Amino acid sequence: MTDKPLLRVRGLTKHFPVRQGLRATGLVRAVDGLDFDVRPGETLGLVGESGCGKTTTGRMLVRLLEPTSGSIEFDGRDITHAGRRELRPLRQELQIIFQDPYASLNPRHTVGRIVAMPLQVNGIKPPGGIKARVQELLELVGLNPEHYNRYPHEFSGGQRQRIGIARALALRPKLIVADEPVSALDVSIQAQVVNLLRDLQRELGLAFVFIAHDLAVVRHFCQRVAVMYLGRIVEIGDRADIYERPQHPYTRALLSAIPDVTQLGPAGRIRLTGDVPTPLDPPSGCRFRTRCWKAQDICATEEPALIPRDGGRQATACHFPEGEGAGTSPEGEAAGTSPEPVAAGSVAEATVSGVEPAGRGAEANVEEVSS
Amino acid sequence: MSLSPVEGVALAEIESGTDPGGPATKGVVGRSPGQLAWLRLRRDRTAMVSGVLLVFFLLLGLAAPLIEMVYGIGPREQFQNLLDGFGMPLGYAGGVSGEHWFGLEPGLGRDIFIRLIYGLRTSLFIAFAAALITATIGIVLGALAGYLGGWLDAVINWITDLTLAMPFLIIALALTPTITLRFYGERGQVSSAFGVGVLIAVFAIFGWTSTARLVRGQVIALREREFVEAARASGAGLGHMLFRQLLPNIWAPILVSFSLAVPQFITSEAALSFIGVGLSDETPSFGRMIYRSLDFLQTDPAYVFFPGIMIFALVFAFNLFGDALRDALDPKSSR
Amino acid sequence: MDSSEPLPSGEPDDRPAVPAQRSDQDAYLRVRDLRVRFDTEDGVVRAVDGVSFAVERGRTLGIVGESGSGKSVTSLAILGLHDPKRTTITGEISVGGRQVVGLPDEEVRRLRGRDMAMIFQDPLSALHPYYTVGRQIAEAYRVHHPKANRREARQRAVDMLDRVGIPQPARRFDQYPHEFSGGMRQRAMIAMSLVNDPALLIADEPTTALDVTVQAQILDLLADLQAEFHSAIILITHDLGVVGQVADDVLVMYGGRAVERGSVEQVLRAPQHPYTWGLLSSVPSLHGDADADLVPIPGNPPSLINLPSGCAFHPRCRYADRAGSRSRTEVPELRPAGADGHLVACHLRAEERATFYAEDIASVGVAR
Repeated sequence: MTDKPLLRVRGLTKHFPVRQGLRATGLVRAVDGLDFDVRPGETLGLVGESGCGKTTTGRMLVRLLEPTSGSIEFDGRDITHAGRRELRPLRQELQIIFQDPYASLNPRHTVGRIVAMPLQVNGIKPPGGIKARVQELLELVGLNPEHYNRYPHEFSGGQRQRIGIARALALRPKLIVADEPVSALDVSIQAQVVNLLRDLQRELGLAFVFIAHDLAVVRHFCQRVAVMYLGRIVEIGDRADIYERPQHPYTRALLSAIPDVTQLGPAGRIRLTGDVPTPLDPPSGCRFRTRCWKAQDICATEEPALIPRDGGRQATACHFPEGEGAGTSPEGEAAGTSPEPVAAGSVAEATVSGVEPAGRGAEANVEEVSS
Repeated sequence: MSLSPVEGVALAEIESGTDPGGPATKGVVGRSPGQLAWLRLRRDRTAMVSGVLLVFFLLLGLAAPLIEMVYGIGPREQFQNLLDGFGMPLGYAGGVSGEHWFGLEPGLGRDIFIRLIYGLRTSLFIAFAAALITATIGIVLGALAGYLGGWLDAVINWITDLTLAMPFLIIALALTPTITLRFYGERGQVSSAFGVGVLIAVFAIFGWTSTARLVRGQVIALREREFVEAARASGAGLGHMLFRQLLPNIWAPILVSFSLAVPQFITSEAALSFIGVGLSDETPSFGRMIYRSLDFLQTDPAYVFFPGIMIFALVFAFNLFGDALRDALDPKSSR
Repeated sequence: MDSSEPLPSGEPDDRPAVPAQRSDQDAYLRVRDLRVRFDTEDGVVRAVDGVSFAVERGRTLGIVGESGSGKSVTSLAILGLHDPKRTTITGEISVGGRQVVGLPDEEVRRLRGRDMAMIFQDPLSALHPYYTVGRQIAEAYRVHHPKANRREARQRAVDMLDRVGIPQPARRFDQYPHEFSGGMRQRAMIAMSLVNDPALLIADEPTTALDVTVQAQILDLLADLQAEFHSAIILITHDLGVVGQVADDVLVMYGGRAVERGSVEQVLRAPQHPYTWGLLSSVPSLHGDADADLVPIPGNPPSLINLPSGCAFHPRCRYADRAGSRSRTEVPELRPAGADGHLVACHLRAEERATFYAEDIASVGVAR
């Protein structure tokens, strides 16, 4: 807790102007004020549904996209608007793994060339030569180093993803942004890649920002989890907190919506109504209120701040977070028969009254997460 | 509901099913996409026949001086003694004989065979030079516009539109004589090299737009691909992005457009020469020969026949080969 | 999908108990020894290689498999949507008592839409971008109801849009697919496939492209509609969780063959095939020990052109050696195993499977 964060993100925002011809007619608020830290060797999961801004965030962290406002500090240096030359030394410590193993490898390059690309671009000559280093990397990710001269199309999806991982490791980074690294893979292959990433994380002491929509995969990989909704973090906390004591209604709904093999039949789940609203025109106040069963007047007028509670590790942006009293553990819920929160707009339950509506008077901006 | 998404589903599944067997099952040597395309091309009979024909034409053009030596007759030699009093060649089929394989031109009495060989040489040279220059301009402008986008893209697009809006034929008609006049004056003897140069320049000015558009579109499609982002995330510069990451992925369509541009320039050269703004009569070329031969369409049909069949075979072979090349390079697009 | 919609009454206990011996005769869809082959440049693809199953009206069959397992090809063959020039189909497909294999295209087309319909993974590519959603649904209705006039077809389409939970259906009728959100598009697709009351509905990864919260809505909707229309549903998916939630029966496919078949309780609670074990133990769960390693299936899914000899799964199977050389030489048949109606294609003896499962799989917390 006391060591300095490797990555410090404050108020990170990305707005995409929508143009019709030359005039800007609107703003897509893809990411709207994120605060989080990643400490060395820590794995942070960034989860949420499509359109929540998690991929945009990942692209900004490795500076493939220019942030609209806010700051990104890496290892104590502000890299928010650093140019290519200033970034060069940092590139080696900050890498990205992509989602699509078919699109992320240049089809005209051999595996050797693909993995060596970061070395060559940065003019690095490893001791023993580039080829030896590449083969070492291939072995590290569980590929046959003899396959150095093969082309991507000769590999399966899982193997391609390993090549992408080897490329990200080539510069010995400290932090890797993994953007949905397993969601394009077959079920039986996903586990292979998740295990590989876990082994690498432990062996090399890597920090990860792991972007995923699959909460179950994130649970197996990440120590901390941030849940995003419409460009905002709605809840952030340690794994155990998020999965066993979710306080934000959205987190609960998300966890409850995942079809789990352990549970047969359509038993009591939280049903959210409707789709995620468009980030072009997000709801006022709390962005989740249009789908929330607890929403009240205050939710439309005041944006809840991301406030730490219970000693500070878990923070929730909600006016009416889940209390400790009610059956909040997913297990309890699965067993419980009352599918309470079905009706949208149904007025909040009894549990709400006990909790003090937090964040009153807080500005629209999210407060810092204490770290 | 159309059938296409359904077939797409089936194809996707088959492909993902056949693909991954990969390294474990197949041979040891990795085959590059280029090698695979070559293998496909080798299996295509049309491609092989038209390819062999093209190589034959190319050799003929290249070896023109050699052929002249062996044949023993030059392109400008006149054989007035073999013409009758009306200037028509003696003998059958326009004077075909053991000496003059394709006969003689009526009027001037020049040997048609050797003029065809040299005409081929001129046409191929002009077409290849023009195609190379237009491809280079198109690739550079298209890649820059597509990759960098923004105002540069807007400017290049604007220039492209402007070029496309200019009526090629009218400007060629106006420009060629003007330039020639400017350099040689009213009566100067225009050298054939100059005429060829002007023609290539005219083609270059007008011909690059399609390649530029093609490359721009391809680059835009590739720009957002993750392997390009991976290179950017590693700090790669513009040169690396364009030449190492992007261009190797679009040389296939460029090659196809190149192979289809060459026959287009051959016919354009012939057309321009035909309407008299191309090459002078001095330089042997297909267009000039056909133009001259039309006067003798009834009296000496052989004179039209030989250059006509030659240009037809050449363009046909190029087009067939270009199509086959496209199939080989991109087997999914055509079937 | 209004929130006032009643929850599907399907608590697991409410389900009809699996009859001891269901006769295939009264099933609406019967598939027997289906084989689908494609000729490709690289060789013959045996996409489906001897698959049999049956679905009764009112029940849902989940077909589970990875890419290249032949699960999607199976559904395309049932609907007659394969490319006839490249494809050879043998075996028996009977829809409502009519044999589909070998039927002229024209007649298959008449069956399609009226008696059977399909829901695709990506509704955006299945809906035509230049026509309004309502018009496409109305057209689909008029194809099979030539006597219906424009107004009736429109009314029918609006009713269907309303039925699948699209708010303001009359206004939505005149919108284009791109004006719909992902979940709404999938609802529209479902409305279109149900407009002629088909008795058989094939859903190919209907929720894979959707977010989990929307996926839950769509799965609920399918269950509701099934209860109302009493249709037979085939749900093709790679997600065992989805199967566990909505299916009554499960067919697990691997390399174009069925490796396990049974009721959802049988296959997910007492799986018999090592491949099913592998699938279950490699899926991360929200329960159990989060720090424990997942147990992946080693290797890669096989190529359908060059399928491993014998049991196609043997190169990836931890227990292949226990079955001796048979695993490499002999294709295992689908045989009864365990409870009634539960079938498995594995060379291991039942006792061996029970031991391995108890020791290696159940103990590490997979079958919870």
